Amino acid sequence: MADFLFFVEVLFSGLLTGALYSLVALGFVLIFKASGVFNFAQGAMMLFAALSLVGVQEALGVHWSIAFLITVAIMVALAWCVEKFVLGKLVNQEPIILFMATIGVTFFLDGFGQTVWGSDIKVLDIGLPNDIFDVGGIFIDQLELVAGLTAAALVALLAIFFNKTKIGRALRAVADDHQAAMSVGISLRFIWIVVWTVAGLVGLVAGIMWGSKLGVQFSLSLIALKALPVLMLGGFTSIPGAIVGGLIIGAGEKMAEIYLGPIVGGAIENWFAYMLAMLFLLFRPQGLFGEKIIERV
Amino acid sequence: MFYREAGQFKSSYKEDQAVFPILQDRIGIGIILLIAFVGIPLFGGEYFISAIMTPFLILALAAIGLNILTGYAGQISLGTGGFMAVGAFAAYKFATFTITVGGFEGTMPLVLTILLSGLVAALVGIMFGIPSLRIKGFYLAVATLAAQFFLEWLFVKVGWFTNYSPSGVITAPPLVVLGYEFNTAAEKYIFTLVFVAVLALAAKNLVRSHIGRGWMAIRDMDIAAEIIGFKPLQTKLSAFAVSSFFCGVAGALWAFVHLGTVEPEAFGINRSFAILFMVIIGGMGSILGSFIGAGFIMLLPIFLNNVPPMVGWDIGVDMVAHLEFMVFGVLIIFFLIVEPHGLARLWTIGKEKLRTWPFPY
Repeated sequence: MADFLFFVEVLFSGLLTGALYSLVALGFVLIFKASGVFNFAQGAMMLFAALSLVGVQEALGVHWSIAFLITVAIMVALAWCVEKFVLGKLVNQEPIILFMATIGVTFFLDGFGQTVWGSDIKVLDIGLPNDIFDVGGIFIDQLELVAGLTAAALVALLAIFFNKTKIGRALRAVADDHQAAMSVGISLRFIWIVVWTVAGLVGLVAGIMWGSKLGVQFSLSLIALKALPVLMLGGFTSIPGAIVGGLIIGAGEKMAEIYLGPIVGGAIENWFAYMLAMLFLLFRPQGLFGEKIIERV
Repeated sequence: MFYREAGQFKSSYKEDQAVFPILQDRIGIGIILLIAFVGIPLFGGEYFISAIMTPFLILALAAIGLNILTGYAGQISLGTGGFMAVGAFAAYKFATFTITVGGFEGTMPLVLTILLSGLVAALVGIMFGIPSLRIKGFYLAVATLAAQFFLEWLFVKVGWFTNYSPSGVITAPPLVVLGYEFNTAAEKYIFTLVFVAVLALAAKNLVRSHIGRGWMAIRDMDIAAEIIGFKPLQTKLSAFAVSSFFCGVAGALWAFVHLGTVEPEAFGINRSFAILFMVIIGGMGSILGSFIGAGFIMLLPIFLNNVPPMVGWDIGVDMVAHLEFMVFGVLIIFFLIVEPHGLARLWTIGKEKLRTWPFPY
């Protein structure tokens, strides 16, 4: 019985951590879906957002909600800058060039964030619960539960945004075909700024969650690397894919670490997710929910 | 002016197909080789040779490896560091492997050790290249991260690779070739240079061959390449194999010649990124670009560390590190926007201009 409870606890904790990964992966999916750019900078954006939030809070000594609003403004400005100085100049380039440009953005943001806000570990506390529930012998981290609920809420919100609003429909039009969208009067520039802003805000939410869990520090941007196998598994273009992928990776990783780890020497969390995703891709190259690519010559 | 090929007639296919068909290029490369082989060891300082030139050459070799895979064959890889680690640890295992034949006890010759470690890396590269047949582009880039993290973990966790050294750090054996020991910085530099020069020439010829054309065809459009008769399986896997071979040799040299000792962290994800930047900034699909890119990325941190204090701008050490990040980021974006073909392209443009000088075209 105790074994079973332990199993459930590990599973649950894995699923909730997976929800946190999904939050990061969501940002990737949004940008890829709407512009075909694989945004490697999502992790850096998350770190930058969290750093800005804490930094503003410390520098101005204001309530976190005001700091939050200021950070939102910063992320909008960032989206504008990315469009203006990077993507706008690289229109019509190959996707690989755009991908590498986002690596450039990653490095710039990592350096810039730390230059402005300092590189010491900061405590991010906006009053999220950090205790542990005890549900019939199963321990559940409250913060992870909150993160899971937030991820669910965010997905619902994004689904409404994508499907019901005018901008959302424009986004999907751009994703389908840049030129056709432009010819019916959709401004590509505006759409890109919107997408990067939304991705920045998702990054901000993810940053708050991870920052509350681990403290705001440079290694936060490495969590983005954990979101990559989630994407591979779920498919680059699918929001449900990011969620399901996150849950599978999160649970699989924890299980592997606990039950498989001791056999092979431990610390396999770093690569297990990648191997899982890679093996999976051998059978379904576009991921769980990814769009099937039909190629013609 | 002096760089003009007028009057240099090629009268045979052999001359037409030469690596350097123009006389001035041959003279130029001769001078560069002369400086590299004679000038630098004779006149370069100890620090310059051991801390700048040797690592520069090794990183250039790794950049050539990645350039073959990413620049020529179009398969993005973020796992270069992992393959370098394979080379380093394989070389260590080979070097510490003693053979006892009837009272005679000996180790493997050093050059053979390094080449074999390259082969081991090539095999590992093929293994991680197999997914490239099914998955493409970004999916593949992420998949190569699997190689990076898995290999890094493997060398930290499995004691066998370090001969159960408690610290997980390996110490390279002395560099002895045919009874001669390479000790001084200049000697080690020459040792590296020979490897790099030979392999760079091999790479240059490889990319001009049938195999290289196959890589480029796959890069430009894989389905079309398949239709005109390049087998995707062999072409992609050969790119992975050759690329990993170069990276493996670079890793072995890094461990044996440059550091003399190595821990798996030396081949982390940041190393992979640094080499990717060398390829982007130097020029994708250019052997020359690999060298230029490696030089640029090597020198930039030194420049950033030394110039601000010189002009009286005193900034902290961590500030320099952040500044380095920012400058790298901006440079990458800048190069992608202004010159997607990298620094090597500037050299080509310069050559074209010199050819027609003083006329603009």
